[in-house]
Amino acid sequence: MEILLQQLINGLVQGSIYALVALGYTMVYGIMGLINFAHGEVVMIGTLVTISVAGLLLKLGLPVALAGGAGLLAAVAVCMALGWGLERIAYRPLRNAPRLTPLITAIGMSIVLQNVAMLVWGRNYLTFPAIAPKAQFEFAGASFTAVQVMIVLVSALTMAGLLVLIYRTRLGMAMRATSQNPQVASLMGVNVNRVIAAAFVIGSALGAVAGVMVGSYYEIAHYQMGFMLGLKAFTAAVLGGIGNLAGAMAGGVLLGIIEALGAGYIGDLTGGFLGSHYQDIFAFIVLIGVLMFRPSGLFGEKTGDRA
Amino acid sequence: MAKWLNPRSALGLALIAAVLVALPFVAALGGQAWVRIVNFAILYVFLALGLNIVVGFAGLLDLGYIAFYAVGAYVYALLASPHFGLHLPFWAILPIGAVLACGFGVALGSPTLKLRGDYLAIVTLGFGEIIRIFLNNLNAPVNITNGAQGVTLIDPIAVGGFKFSAASQIFGLTVSGPQKYYFFLVALALLVIVINLRLQHSRIGRAWQAIREDEIAAKAIGINTRNIKLLAFAMGASFGGIAGGIFSAMQGFVSPESFSLIESVMVLAMVVLGGMGHIPGVILGAVLLTVLPEVLRYGVGPIQQVVFGKVLVDPESLRMLIFGLALVLVMRWKPAGLWPSPERRRELAETRAEKL
Repeated sequence: MEILLQQLINGLVQGSIYALVALGYTMVYGIMGLINFAHGEVVMIGTLVTISVAGLLLKLGLPVALAGGAGLLAAVAVCMALGWGLERIAYRPLRNAPRLTPLITAIGMSIVLQNVAMLVWGRNYLTFPAIAPKAQFEFAGASFTAVQVMIVLVSALTMAGLLVLIYRTRLGMAMRATSQNPQVASLMGVNVNRVIAAAFVIGSALGAVAGVMVGSYYEIAHYQMGFMLGLKAFTAAVLGGIGNLAGAMAGGVLLGIIEALGAGYIGDLTGGFLGSHYQDIFAFIVLIGVLMFRPSGLFGEKTGDRA
Repeated sequence: MAKWLNPRSALGLALIAAVLVALPFVAALGGQAWVRIVNFAILYVFLALGLNIVVGFAGLLDLGYIAFYAVGAYVYALLASPHFGLHLPFWAILPIGAVLACGFGVALGSPTLKLRGDYLAIVTLGFGEIIRIFLNNLNAPVNITNGAQGVTLIDPIAVGGFKFSAASQIFGLTVSGPQKYYFFLVALALLVIVINLRLQHSRIGRAWQAIREDEIAAKAIGINTRNIKLLAFAMGASFGGIAGGIFSAMQGFVSPESFSLIESVMVLAMVVLGGMGHIPGVILGAVLLTVLPEVLRYGVGPIQQVVFGKVLVDPESLRMLIFGLALVLVMRWKPAGLWPSPERRRELAETRAEKL
């Protein structure tokens, strides 16, 4: 029972991170119908920028909270600029191109970002500066750290903020209109170019927050870390029904919990035949399973076949 | 038939044949490493043409294609290496690999092919990862794949006593191991090209095209879309399986690292960058994307030496950086690929005109 609770907590934490990253994928997809393959790399850049900025400030003797906050802000700023640049360079010129063309430019940008990161930060694993509190709590036999609590709280707040933005502001209304039909939206006076750029910028900001959380959770970072994270988050977005905000959040949390439970129990379930290093396959097996029965994801709308 | 006898095409074919025969010997002037690179280019032509059936002809986005390549490679590795002590001949293993890969293709395709577009893409991507993770971990409790260390000492392709791994004298000419593989690969690639060309305009090929353009209309005119899509998947997978087997034999070593998602993505990039669905374009894409990184590998360091007097930027990451930028730039200026089919170029021009 303690193990179950412990795995649920771990899953919730990991899932909150997936959810934040998944939102970046799903926003872009909802508006443009495009997989932004470079999003995982944006998250990675966010983590690495925080390492540099917060690390430097800590060295200068600034208090931990200030250094951490500055690191987060720097990451968000850099990632927002990056998201905007990605859209301008790799996606906007190809808006009317065949469907697979932007996928290839996205892959190209992903390779470019990884190698830029390698040139700037090197090939080695970097230690994430200690900007998060170290306290540890016990609850019904399961233990969790302050970092874990912070991750869940911050992602919940960020997601709430996003929902307010999408459902309560003019920009949000414009985004929803564009996702339904860009042409009609532009006839109603929506500046579609700006809305699409905004989706990239907001998604990247969420990615930066997620990047900081990943860094403070695992305490290490690497220029290739964005890849698997992006893949999982994209899986989460599809699991929830891609293009659907609530779906991405639920999909992320669900995926985190499934992975944690899977890793915890696979040994017992298979009589020791498969071990916890099979953790990564759960995401994909669950995905295939769900899509077989609900082809548009858990919360995705049934899209009828269009002639 | 008359087209073949036309003097101009005959001359063209003769020229191509001459270049193909001379190529490994010209490449060898730069060292056997270049012959190996040429071999890999042909192997990727093979793979890209297989994926082209799925993506280019039938319009199904497959991001896990490399899994079938991995299946073929491991089948060869396990059946012709000291790992299990089995040493079957290549002509027996390659078909087994093809059939097994085809089986995997059908197993993946039959439940998932009803998914549309990007959902199918992510499912195939997940499948590719599952295969890789299994290859990586199936060394305990029963050692099947030898885990991350991979399988070594794989038998080269051999016919009787004629081994493809060592140099030998043929008509007084020294032909190195990689050069022998080259001719083997060219022969296979030509076969695949002919199969592709014949498929494209066959009844099946036209059915694929109909599904790609409009699945509902295709269904309405009586095409069994599920079976035809499954057929595309199975065929693509078998080609992948054969290519994997040859890869195994050529390298003498396989490990799960060779079958990561980025490999699938590269093969897809070859198809799209060259010109989806257009066979000459796909060949061009495969050759370019294999050779370009290698040219950069040998060029980036020395050029920096000449220009700046020293190596300023790590050549390895600079080369991938240039490669990534090249992908972006080519797609920006040539959204339909470098060498799209004439019909496709026309369609694109029409949609452009409509939008304006």
